[in-house]
Amino acid sequence: MLEHVTPKPLPDVDLPTLKQVGKPLRRVDALGKAVGATVYAADFAMPNMLHAKVFRSPFPSARIAKLDVETARALPGVACVMTGEDTHGAKLNTDLPGQTGRAARAGSDAPVLASDIVRYVGEPIALVAAESIAIAEQALRLIEVEFEELPAVFDPEDALRPDAPILFEPDNVVAKYAIRKGDLAAGMADADLVVENTFTMPFIEHAYLEPDAGVAWVDEQGVINIRVCTQVVEHFRSIARALNVPQNKIRIRGTMVGGGFGSKEDVTVEIFLAFLARETGRPVKLEYTREEAFAATSKRHPFVVTHRTGVKKDGRITASEIKMVADSGAYPYLTPYVLLYATGMAAGPYKVDNLHVDSVAAATNQTFTSAFRGFGGPQAALGYEQQMDEIAKTLGLDSLEVRRINYLKRGETTTTGQEVKSAAWSEECATRAVHALGDRAPSTETRRIGRGMASYFQSYGRIMWFHDTSQAWVGLEQDGTVVLRCGVPDIGAGQSNSICQIAAELLGVPLERVTIYSTDSAVTPLAGTSTATRQLYMSGNAVTLACNEIRSRLLKRASESLGVAEEALDLGESRVFAISDSSKAIDLPDLAKLCASEGIGLSHLAQFNAPFTDGLDPETGQGDIWPDFTFGAHAVELAVDTETGEIELLKSAACHDVGRAINPAAVRGQICGGSHQGLGYALMEDFELKDGYIQTPSFAEYLIPTVLDFPTTDAIILESGTGVGPFGAKGIGEPALTPAAPAVANAVADALGVRIHDLPLTPKRILDAVQRSGRKDDGTAE
Amino acid sequence: MADPITITLRVNTRVHNIGVEPRATLLHTLRELGHTDVKNGCEIGECGACAVLLNGEPVNSCMVLAVQADGATITTNAGLGTMEKPHLIQAAFADAGAVQCGFCTPGMVIATKALLDRNPNPSEHEIREALSGNLCRCTGYGQIVDGVKLAAKRLASSRQTGGASC
Repeated sequence: MLEHVTPKPLPDVDLPTLKQVGKPLRRVDALGKAVGATVYAADFAMPNMLHAKVFRSPFPSARIAKLDVETARALPGVACVMTGEDTHGAKLNTDLPGQTGRAARAGSDAPVLASDIVRYVGEPIALVAAESIAIAEQALRLIEVEFEELPAVFDPEDALRPDAPILFEPDNVVAKYAIRKGDLAAGMADADLVVENTFTMPFIEHAYLEPDAGVAWVDEQGVINIRVCTQVVEHFRSIARALNVPQNKIRIRGTMVGGGFGSKEDVTVEIFLAFLARETGRPVKLEYTREEAFAATSKRHPFVVTHRTGVKKDGRITASEIKMVADSGAYPYLTPYVLLYATGMAAGPYKVDNLHVDSVAAATNQTFTSAFRGFGGPQAALGYEQQMDEIAKTLGLDSLEVRRINYLKRGETTTTGQEVKSAAWSEECATRAVHALGDRAPSTETRRIGRGMASYFQSYGRIMWFHDTSQAWVGLEQDGTVVLRCGVPDIGAGQSNSICQIAAELLGVPLERVTIYSTDSAVTPLAGTSTATRQLYMSGNAVTLACNEIRSRLLKRASESLGVAEEALDLGESRVFAISDSSKAIDLPDLAKLCASEGIGLSHLAQFNAPFTDGLDPETGQGDIWPDFTFGAHAVELAVDTETGEIELLKSAACHDVGRAINPAAVRGQICGGSHQGLGYALMEDFELKDGYIQTPSFAEYLIPTVLDFPTTDAIILESGTGVGPFGAKGIGEPALTPAAPAVANAVADALGVRIHDLPLTPKRILDAVQRSGRKDDGTAE
Repeated sequence: MADPITITLRVNTRVHNIGVEPRATLLHTLRELGHTDVKNGCEIGECGACAVLLNGEPVNSCMVLAVQADGATITTNAGLGTMEKPHLIQAAFADAGAVQCGFCTPGMVIATKALLDRNPNPSEHEIREALSGNLCRCTGYGQIVDGVKLAAKRLASSRQTGGASC
């Protein structure tokens, strides 16, 4: 299986050769970070600054019978202690702020501070601000609190039973969707065989290296300024709502983010800082410890995914019935949207005309779950891709062949009936990823070699009925340098660099001549969230619009000076020149001065609007959700030690059609980094809770991949040029992760001859499976 | 709280004579002194973000008490180079795409410096061994390993031409 695969020839693509875009240039943010000059959120200090700490629930489900903070308040050096009474029961509006216009979901949003019931271990109850961290910690110990433990539920399927303890009335259902496409019964009747499997996935911690941190203060205009590492500067709106102040009185000054992966998409420290700064009138700093960052922030949703698939003997899918149960943890946060993503991608990059999907997310007394790179897409892929291999195995067919005859083609429709309008290079990517594995290592009695691959499709850009927008301001200075102002948060993936490289391309200057100011909700135009693999698409297009406006003004004026038609001019190397005769040219500084002297403005604010659509049909779940999709595949070869249960990953290769690689080195970084997170998901990571108590509270227990664990993924970058981003780019941030884990799961099943249906694939589970496979002499799966 | 103990730390180009609490870690002390390029990622010696050179040897500064470092010479990542004059390793990291969010980078650069000081021409396995105490969640490590290789290569050619050592 998966050997001697020839890469499918690529269709002819005629991509223009560009000057800056498409080059693996040194990222604009790289050197500052390399020399330690970049200042992160925890690095700021202010004169007269207080230090904050958060008092949290030690119980997964309890009533706060008594909460007395007077002794803590009286401790010398304590500036203030706040409880839910002081925050007036304010809630975190987790419906993405100011974007959807929908009412918060029936009162179940998380309170800023719990004052009556606590629903998970780590839920915030009180805030302390003091002259030092030591005093703040001492004050936490002086808070007198009595809890009455309440019944609790720790499993989403249990939570849906009629007798389950209810976190919020009327029931524990946080979100629910149904897809009804085609005729399921007819499709199943048409099948030669029906294959059914259930797969489970655990909680996963983001494990960004930078624990959440921030500093807030009130300025001379009464504006509450918050320096914070966040993926969403637009949270100023929900913070204003919680504090009951006008939205223009909250200013988020985002910093370079030391990794987010979705966790810093939710409000973290900034809401506490805002309350404390207002209350004390002094600057306040709050830094989470690693343990707090684990306990107090979101996780990836555990899912139980069941596929029941009708297939013909040749592998063609005639019908598919998919059920998904997701664990929302104690509060909704972004669960309704994560579940929508998983639901909308449930059938994968395959043409399934007769399809039912039923998905539900349930509340439990556990750490809340929310955004995590892939946003439900990886869980969906772990379902459909393991199922594809099981179908192939049941039919005795090659797994790539079964995929090939079912792959969705351009012009066909997805799970929700949305037409794929860009290139769908599933087979091109899959054949290349497998081909890159080379020759297969030989198995021995106790060291079994397995190969696995996974295809996927993943959206980029936000849900279209969110009416997403991004703004960017671009200006040309009189010395020919470029200033870019754009509110994009840079979470490490090269968000700033990509848009700088685009500006450099369009205005014909070297990348070093572009300076970006970003991530300030008050002074940089709002660019929206660094989430949903949307910044290159959204802000890249906004910068393109702004640059093209300036470019046209420059060309028009240069045309007059040079006596050459605008269409015959180009910009490059900091000058405007005639394409046919580059000696006919004017340097940008001269042109900029000329424009200035004549009152021709050389700055422009542009807004890019994503397509706006209505929601899905409520009966059938059919309709358009996302602007576009990225397609790709991942393949691995690994060795399973049948005596120890240990897995050695031997080779890893990923191939993605990124549309157009704005910076190929940065794209490779996304693919290799996303791969590693996916490989860790499959093989080692498990944020374990036992009866609601965290069993993996730090990096000593929650293990993420080190440099010794896996080989570097071979990143194969294809460019169809068909994306909706600038220069035909698609998104790669989230897609890079999605296929890695199912590829590993499929390789392990290949090595052992039996499938392990639960992640992660720990040595214990491997050894259990080895025993199972030993009992079945014919080596077939159950 | 115990009485402060007076210690001397030589950090990069600065000399600090300061009073510290006996339980204060070197990590917190350095950060309070303004050496915020030393990153706090876990405080239990698991992530390597706080690595510094203590008398030339790499240590996780969260696992060292400030009083233990009394009299020591400490080099942080920012002590190796600047924006105007980056250290060869820092420039190589930037050029190789080894830097994404950058939070692990100071520790990675320190681990690399310690490696190349004792082994200027490491194999890939030796590079991986040397970086195994430093976590990165962004890159998948491939381009970090590339960065170390690039630094070693540039180091070798600068030595050949009589340039600065690592």
